[in-house]
Amino acid sequence: MKAKPHVSTVRETLPRTARIEPKSRRSDFPILATRLDLHYLDSAATSQKPSAVLDAMRQYYENDNANPHRGAYELSARATQRYQDARERVADFLGVIDAPTLIFTRGTTEAINLVATAWGRSTLRKGDEILITGMEHHANFVPWQQLALVTGAKLRICELTSDGRIDLEQYRKLLRSKTKVAAFSHVSNALGTINPVRELVALVQEHSPHAITVCDGAQSAPHMRVQFGELGVDFFAFSGHKMLGPMGIGGLVGKRELLEQMAPYQMGGDMIDFVGDDRTTWNVLPHKFEAGTPNVADAVGLAAACDYLDGIGMDAIRSHELVLLEMIINRLSAVEGVRIYGPMDLAQRSGVVSFTVEGIHPHDLSTVLDQDGVCIRAGHHCAQPLMRRLDVPATARASVYLYNEPADVDALVRGVERAKVMFR
Amino acid sequence: MSNLEALYQEVILDHNRKPRNFREMENADRRVEGRNPLCGDELTLWLRLDGNRVSDISFKGSGCAVSKSSASLMTSTVKGKTVDETMTLFDRFHDMITGKLPEADRASMGSLAALGGVSRFPIRVKCASLAWHALKSALEGEGNSVSTEHEGPPQTEGA
Repeated sequence: MKAKPHVSTVRETLPRTARIEPKSRRSDFPILATRLDLHYLDSAATSQKPSAVLDAMRQYYENDNANPHRGAYELSARATQRYQDARERVADFLGVIDAPTLIFTRGTTEAINLVATAWGRSTLRKGDEILITGMEHHANFVPWQQLALVTGAKLRICELTSDGRIDLEQYRKLLRSKTKVAAFSHVSNALGTINPVRELVALVQEHSPHAITVCDGAQSAPHMRVQFGELGVDFFAFSGHKMLGPMGIGGLVGKRELLEQMAPYQMGGDMIDFVGDDRTTWNVLPHKFEAGTPNVADAVGLAAACDYLDGIGMDAIRSHELVLLEMIINRLSAVEGVRIYGPMDLAQRSGVVSFTVEGIHPHDLSTVLDQDGVCIRAGHHCAQPLMRRLDVPATARASVYLYNEPADVDALVRGVERAKVMFR
Repeated sequence: MSNLEALYQEVILDHNRKPRNFREMENADRRVEGRNPLCGDELTLWLRLDGNRVSDISFKGSGCAVSKSSASLMTSTVKGKTVDETMTLFDRFHDMITGKLPEADRASMGSLAALGGVSRFPIRVKCASLAWHALKSALEGEGNSVSTEHEGPPQTEGA
């Protein structure tokens, strides 16, 4: 029998002034407003979209659509302006002062691949080292693994503590002078662990002064206040679709001196300055890394998502999620046979709960819950190296966002109980 | 019968709790590994052939109730059958779980009919078919691993 874990209370974790009763925002989200039976608990995979975002995109296509940076006509100039405004809005949201250092990409995956390819391939040599952690999503794992294979560098993986945090003692030991990349997630998608980014950056700077730091922010930017300058990392990658924006847009924020040094990794229109028959010069930031027609409508949608999130306030969102997180952890821990993974200190966990139920495979659990409209994720969460370390083939994962309510938690727990009866 | 009851029939739950032929096999003629990367299902299938007949078959692995019970029911059913009979059964089973076999014909599937409810859950087709794809691959002597990633409706891993 496992000992009942100590769960720090929301009151211990929240700022004193924080609002504690969850407020309903379902009506802002068309899919949740129309499908009242839906208990969407898979926002760590992708978030639902508020009307404000959908309206902004429609408004762009209906009023301002043209190919930006191209036509010498008023409509194209307006599209260009909308795209620039969107970049500045998103940059502001993430505390990026130098907006052209925010490169729009398809999402986190493309952003990390951009760094691994454009910076990594030209910089890393045999004998260099790349340090990642055992909790990374495949998007922050495979690009580095493959970069190591191509360049002859060595990939090192920092192990985790038993409650799913980075083992800082080992992390310090793995940092050497030949470490050239230290890549880590801000928040683990599978466990919800919030990593101490500033502490990691300080360790890297102290022990591996030649290393760049790359932060996978896919799970942090949507759920907490993120200020790029305060984190101290060299690169920060994020996805729009997890923060109420549309699928297909996200970005990479990087320090200007590094982005300036890097050669582009995709070639084509927009990213050029002069194209001769036998040579080409590159456009300035951010265009150097945005080959082809830009994704204006999705950028406009993402900017609208930033407006929506700031309208509520990231601290209020975090507080709302903590209330629900505490409910989920307390109520699931009370169910016989449930095991919860990751840190039990709420201050170190975002609104993600990975768990298993003894005798029920997560995939079966997910199917049972689905019959009651409860959407959770079951599987390896694109983190097979982590699953090996936890020694489970798969877990079930419930994750919350600002539109979730206590009724969603009720439905989750009811479904788990129902599955237990079924698989008894 | 609700969709859920159709999927998790008592036969399925029983084979999930007590899978038959759930053991490793020494001196097997064929050994194949099957994976369903989407949900982490993994199984190893062992096969012994006596001429053109499946004389022994067993499996081990971890997976959901659908994949485990399907493997268990499959091994129970094909033991003693010829290779041709088994291949025909593969096609009929596949038709059944993808909803192409008329309901009236399900009775002819014997105990495998318990997996007919899978046809109402297209996402779970790859779970039910994992063991069968491994078996087909073993009989055809092609490679030593199969994946059902591309079975059923297209799905990505998600995040």
